[in-house]
Amino acid sequence: MMGILEVKNVNKRFGGLQALGDVNLSVAENSVHAIIGPNGAGKSTLLNCLVGKLMPDTGSVLFDGQSVLGRTPHEINQMGISRVFQTPEIFGELTVLENMMIPCFAKRDGSFRMHAIGHMFDEAELVEKAEHMLESMNMAGKHHMHAAAMSRGDKRRLEIAMCLAQEPRLLLLDEPTAGMARADTNNTIDLLKQIKDERDITIAIIEHDMHVVFSLAERITVLAQGMPLVEDTPENIKGHPKVKEAYLGEAH
Amino acid sequence: MFGLDKKDATLLVIVAILTLCAPFLLNPFPSESALAQFNAGYPDLMQRFVIFGIFAIGFNILFGLTGYLSFGHAAFLGVGSYSAVWMFKLLSMNVIPAIILSVVVAGLFSLLIGFISLRRSGIYFSILTLAFAQMSFNLAYSVLTPITNGETGLQLTLNDPRILGQSATADGSIPVTSLFGLEMRSTYELVMGPWAFQFNAGYYLCAVIMVLAFYMSIRIFRSPFGLMLRAIKSNQTRMSYTGLNPKPYTLAAFVISGMYAGLAGGLMASMDPLAGAERMQWTASGEVVLMTILGGAGTLIGPVLGAGFIKYFENIFSKINDTVLHSWFSFMPDGLENLVVMLVYPFIGKGWHLTLGLMFMMVVIFLPGGLVEGGQRIRRLFRRKDDTPAAKTEPAE
Repeated sequence: MMGILEVKNVNKRFGGLQALGDVNLSVAENSVHAIIGPNGAGKSTLLNCLVGKLMPDTGSVLFDGQSVLGRTPHEINQMGISRVFQTPEIFGELTVLENMMIPCFAKRDGSFRMHAIGHMFDEAELVEKAEHMLESMNMAGKHHMHAAAMSRGDKRRLEIAMCLAQEPRLLLLDEPTAGMARADTNNTIDLLKQIKDERDITIAIIEHDMHVVFSLAERITVLAQGMPLVEDTPENIKGHPKVKEAYLGEAH
Repeated sequence: MFGLDKKDATLLVIVAILTLCAPFLLNPFPSESALAQFNAGYPDLMQRFVIFGIFAIGFNILFGLTGYLSFGHAAFLGVGSYSAVWMFKLLSMNVIPAIILSVVVAGLFSLLIGFISLRRSGIYFSILTLAFAQMSFNLAYSVLTPITNGETGLQLTLNDPRILGQSATADGSIPVTSLFGLEMRSTYELVMGPWAFQFNAGYYLCAVIMVLAFYMSIRIFRSPFGLMLRAIKSNQTRMSYTGLNPKPYTLAAFVISGMYAGLAGGLMASMDPLAGAERMQWTASGEVVLMTILGGAGTLIGPVLGAGFIKYFENIFSKINDTVLHSWFSFMPDGLENLVVMLVYPFIGKGWHLTLGLMFMMVVIFLPGGLVEGGQRIRRLFRRKDDTPAAKTEPAE
């Protein structure tokens, strides 16, 4: 069966370093797929190849049957792929509600629309959507706060909320719990589980924290030195000798 | 009101009232008194206040919202002036077609320069715009002399063809600019006791256009388009990963601000129908940057305040000479008087740039948000006395 995201024979070199070597990956629709691996395994490089930040040297990346290669990040996003960054990328100088309005406009109006006459808060439908989204993320009452003034955990929630407001089909998360305290990490896990239960969405997650991976993932791909080592269910990955050797062994 | 919320509508009304009453407000001192030299209510200076206000409002749409610092906006002002003068030479002395053409030409010119310059961001963008403006300035001085009349500047002559109008008036002089017969230079003087107030047709035309330009800028600030421009300044990475293409948004902002600059240039030529290349020089581009930062970049009213502030000091401080200083300090013993005059002298007259520079440094160091931030601090100081301080972050205005 064809997955929603199909990565085939992707290679990427940086000078003498083979960052990705013949990576094949298939993410099934409506699943949670984790990509793990030790530092320098090529996880972030792979992610950057999926969202248009990097161009692989060879190979193909298909999203829903269409190639994403050669497209710009905003075009790929409009196809239905949203990305959550390791450090939350939000509009720090804008208010929380304005932050939420931007993806709502992007979803409705596309990548550019000259819309300079109306008042942004006159778009009742979009304001309602943004407010509803904030409420469902437990951020009601923070509408008029500067996004930069929020706590790290709230910034992360806002970023995820902004991605979800675009109703993406594939949500890419780049180490969403990096640098978080255990309590915040657990909150994020619960949030992602809730998102998974409530929507038809595919989640691909790059993660370091095994606790997060084994709580969420349905399939796991292990990368080591730019090559996919194994791909299997969490149960099988836990006991896999190769994985232990490459990754778990040094971490635990 | 007019699609604005209450706060913005109040601001607009205040600005409208202040500009329309400027001939009174800027002439607070009786015309025979010693303080009369601080009066700024004469047509020429008032026109400059509002014209540079328009220039700065437009510049702020680019710099204040998107954060792209253009160092070449004077080129659009200059192009606007040349277009307007050509319209006076070829078509008619009515200012309307001249102003329209100056906006259109500046818009096209900024589309071209913006398209190329916006391939880079940050300092490289600034350098590209600076290079383009200096190129335009040098071209206007040299190879484009047939269009710009080089060093002398483009002026009206007695042989201009002027299709809708006459080349020369009955008494053999060059006709003056007008709005459907209302001469721009016509001034009504109202004398009330020791005070004299001047109401100039040209000033009122510029003032009305500035209020309209200010209104448009409020609309742009509050629109979804304005939100996208602020998003560009805040985080371009998040913007592109939210499916938005920052490039056309920035280019649109660049063209809009270029058209504002063209409008200012066209009005300048409408008040005084000549255009010189020095209007395009980098110092003129730098001046609008100073105005915007001094007033408060990214705020609505800041650029207008900054423009007024700089033009006032330019004209008033530069008029003070050592005779005036001696008369001020004449109450002191002679030796002391000479010493004080000697100390103050570098800051006035031709040295007013020194005063401006010092003020600019103080504002940037102590009030990074410009004069608007100064006003907000004072207001907060008063408010704190009334109620308990609330630890609340307020969104920028």
